[in-house]
Amino acid sequence: MGKIKTLADLRKMREKLKSETDLRDKSEHPEDMVQIKVAMATCCIASGSRETMNYIVDELEKRNVDAVVTQTGCMGYCYAEPTVEVTVPGKEPIVFGYVDEKKANEIIERYIKNGELVEGIIPMNYRSIEETK
Amino acid sequence: MSGYKIHLLVCGGTGCKASLSTAVVENLNHEIKTQGLDDFAQVVTTGCFGFCEKGPIVKIIPDNTFYVQVKPEDAREIVEEHIVKGRKVERLLYHDPDKETIVSDSKHMNFYKKQVRIALRNCGVIDPENIDEYIARDGYKALGKVLSEKTPEEAIKLIKDSGLRGRGGGGFSTGMKWELAAKNISDEKYVVCNADEGDPGAFMDRSILEGDPHTVVEAMAICGYSIGSNYGLVYIRAEYPLAIERLKTAIKQARDYGLLGNNILGTGFKFDIELRYGAGAFVCGEETALIHSMEGSRGEPTMKPPFPSDSGYLGKPTTVNNVETFANIPVIINKGAAWFSSIGSEKAKGTKVFALAGKINNVGLIEVPMGITLREVIFEIGGGIKNGKKFKAVQTGGPSGGCLTEKHLDTPIDYDNLIAAGSMMGSGGMVVMDEDDCMVDVAKFFLDFTVEESCGKCAPCRIGNKRLHEILEKITKGNGTPEDITRLINLGTVIKDTSLCGLGQSSPNPVLATINNFMDEYTAHIEDKKCPAGVCKALMKYEIVDENCVGCTACARACPVGAITGERKEIHHIDTSLCIKCGACIDRCKFNAVIIK
Repeated sequence: MGKIKTLADLRKMREKLKSETDLRDKSEHPEDMVQIKVAMATCCIASGSRETMNYIVDELEKRNVDAVVTQTGCMGYCYAEPTVEVTVPGKEPIVFGYVDEKKANEIIERYIKNGELVEGIIPMNYRSIEETK
Repeated sequence: MSGYKIHLLVCGGTGCKASLSTAVVENLNHEIKTQGLDDFAQVVTTGCFGFCEKGPIVKIIPDNTFYVQVKPEDAREIVEEHIVKGRKVERLLYHDPDKETIVSDSKHMNFYKKQVRIALRNCGVIDPENIDEYIARDGYKALGKVLSEKTPEEAIKLIKDSGLRGRGGGGFSTGMKWELAAKNISDEKYVVCNADEGDPGAFMDRSILEGDPHTVVEAMAICGYSIGSNYGLVYIRAEYPLAIERLKTAIKQARDYGLLGNNILGTGFKFDIELRYGAGAFVCGEETALIHSMEGSRGEPTMKPPFPSDSGYLGKPTTVNNVETFANIPVIINKGAAWFSSIGSEKAKGTKVFALAGKINNVGLIEVPMGITLREVIFEIGGGIKNGKKFKAVQTGGPSGGCLTEKHLDTPIDYDNLIAAGSMMGSGGMVVMDEDDCMVDVAKFFLDFTVEESCGKCAPCRIGNKRLHEILEKITKGNGTPEDITRLINLGTVIKDTSLCGLGQSSPNPVLATINNFMDEYTAHIEDKKCPAGVCKALMKYEIVDENCVGCTACARACPVGAITGERKEIHHIDTSLCIKCGACIDRCKFNAVIIK
């Protein structure tokens, strides 16, 4: 890496580097942005959840959507893997099943960007401990 | 774009390193490699998270999981469970002692809730040895902004308007200090960073230098531009090897990028920084002594004026600022004076970093807005007193400070309020004491330190403090007389009035403050010959309560000097002339028969 000769160079460099530490800032305020949880247990990974997750992370960045993507354990809907839970700020979390790249694309474009519901929603069949408290 | 979807931030501060965090990093890296996740997860060694009580800390991004007290052998479980399967390792999460619940992320920990991190903004977030990460988080943006958009006068005005005051203890307006140096015309001027942190129990400057060295480098360059200096010096104590190493790396990286050196960012401004090592003398934190030490002379203070802004290093105008003060500068420039002055209290703007130590649950480093109360700091952030004991006092301002007691708990913390309460802000050390601490002994402890650290140049400090210490010694040995209190007060006041520098002018503070707030403890030592907290050994007497003693002989067997006599199944006795008051018998007795009188 050579010298930074001007302020414009510094700015350009910052833009390029920003994405590398962005994640650390975003994770401080997860409730302000779209949160996506990808189930990543053995069963999910076998059904391709890692590819789905990578696709989602890359696409969100390409399309400039502010979101935090985290992995989580098995959600229990193993028949519908890969499963993805999406929480749009101010809305209830929704779980989508059979999320391949095509479905992921649809979720990003239609649900996250425009708020339209798309096919493939799995009804919640349990409550978590946090809610019952 | 970044390839890493998961960042594992591991604390690499001195505290956590001592608890093997380096091995944690190695093992995590190894496990990640084994699992073939090299492109997916990244391990980053960061600076101090502040939660030193529970180190080493590992924080997983993006789900913000906060693992505490991680051992090298836990690395495998973290990678296999959390990274691969996405399940949190519950046993390594933080357990909230109050509610007996498990807290998985730092956001919900009481320790972090009330903190506002400006000076510590990058500590625990970035890799201090990687300038790219600093630049990614707006690093050197402030320097660029100042160099290309502001005149030196404008930059000084901005710092002045922000209301930033020196964080090393004095509390002098930083903008004003810069202005004084800027006004002087000279062929050379110097910017000095005071990293000679000397208060016992204070480690905020070390943590900033270890966790975010570039912020100091950037701020010094900004100061240089503002006052018209091309040369910066960091006076750092040689006992801070990690901070020195990281600062050196930072300076080298900045030079490689052309952010130090000639023609910075094409603006023609020239600035470079060198390190000067201190041998760890407390008095060298005083700016004139510091400058003499850097010049190669004895680290002794001289009378002010002349102030360093007129005649400092090598007789040239010099601005001396503390590490934490510098760490605030880039943020103020980026976010503006109005933003900064909206934080804090009426007379003290911004935040202050405190090092919590002593009998408190969450020992560590915190940054809070000025004007927060002591109660919030100790009981909410600090998690209260260890083992549910009663709070007695908090010592602020190190050996130069005083004690704050229960009646000060709701006083908003800022420079002036602390002075009004008989203490001082100092560099931000807070030593919390509980009912088991003897205040006479505490005063003696701090005086021990100042007697040791007095440079010996002026008589009041060199001789006076020694005498103060002798009187305290006499009291704790049980030989005190009521006149001793008057002597302590008179002598202390004279030392304060007549000493040459800040060290002597403040060294009697712990004594005067404890007399002021805990007169009853002094009286108990002098008149009743008792130490209410049970600390002063000479005043303690071990006794066996006849009714409770069953004659099990456990105490007699434990006694290292054979001071306990008595036959089996008969009441035992302690020969007080032989007893060395070690307490072994108390620990051994199952019937509460041994008591201290």
